[in-house]
Amino acid sequence: MSTTTVTPEPPHVLAVDDSIVDRAVISRLLRSSKYRVTTVDSGKRALEVLSLDGDNVHMIITDYCMPEMSGYELLKRVKESTELREIPVVLMSSENSPPRIRRCLEEGAEEFLIKPVRASDLSRLCSRLITTLR
Amino acid sequence: MRNLRLNSDSRRAARGDRAGALIRTGRILSRLGYLDEQFCQVEDLQDEASPNFAEEVATLFFKDSARLISNVEQALEKYPKDFNRWDAYMQQLKGSCSSIGASRMKSECMSFRDYCGQGNVEGCMRSFHKVKREHGALRQKLEAYFQLLRQAGPAGAATRPGM
Repeated sequence: MSTTTVTPEPPHVLAVDDSIVDRAVISRLLRSSKYRVTTVDSGKRALEVLSLDGDNVHMIITDYCMPEMSGYELLKRVKESTELREIPVVLMSSENSPPRIRRCLEEGAEEFLIKPVRASDLSRLCSRLITTLR
Repeated sequence: MRNLRLNSDSRRAARGDRAGALIRTGRILSRLGYLDEQFCQVEDLQDEASPNFAEEVATLFFKDSARLISNVEQALEKYPKDFNRWDAYMQQLKGSCSSIGASRMKSECMSFRDYCGQGNVEGCMRSFHKVKREHGALRQKLEAYFQLLRQAGPAGAATRPGM
């Protein structure tokens, strides 16, 4: 039987979304499930946070459609990095596009959630992922 | 129209005028389709630590959507027939509407995007006008709703209607 990794502090989730409304909702959703959350508005900022504090990020949840760097591009950058590739990455999108979903899963995304994201989506996801922390 | 947690209304309605006014506002907003289940999800995130979360999100939404509407407006003027650009801006607005449960407004955003897809300028202009109208109407209704909630006080918060 595998042991559940017990963290001394609540897991830390990095949420990436260019929409201020979505950042507010996703961060409240995560906080109400007792996770620590850092929100950023772009892939570029996400990579900055990860370069400084990647060891302390237990999951990344990112919007797909963002200007400059899409969530897919961020996913690729994370999975190409030796330091970051173990961090689970979840994509979110309001567009339900099977080719897009497939592409993300093939690139190593843990899951692809359709917006608006519900509390039930997140609690199911987080309990599955965060017990297998690196 | 889905029956969104209206079954305890009869109990709530017994609790007095303000609570009654609140319920009527909530039911009207829900029945008229201004807001959908997603708004309930947002309200459900309220707790002692964040008792005004729904109003905070609504405030963010109106500020942000005003900006996004202005982006579309400028694009319509400066980039005639640039349907891809118009669509991209409207997609952002539609996403925001979706996150707060603004269903009527979202539906008009989707019409606009359909017209972009068809290359129909007049259709885009007409639906954009409707987007703005729905935006104004929703703002008015939500402001009234939150005002009632504030007036009703903690008792009102306890009798907050499912929308």
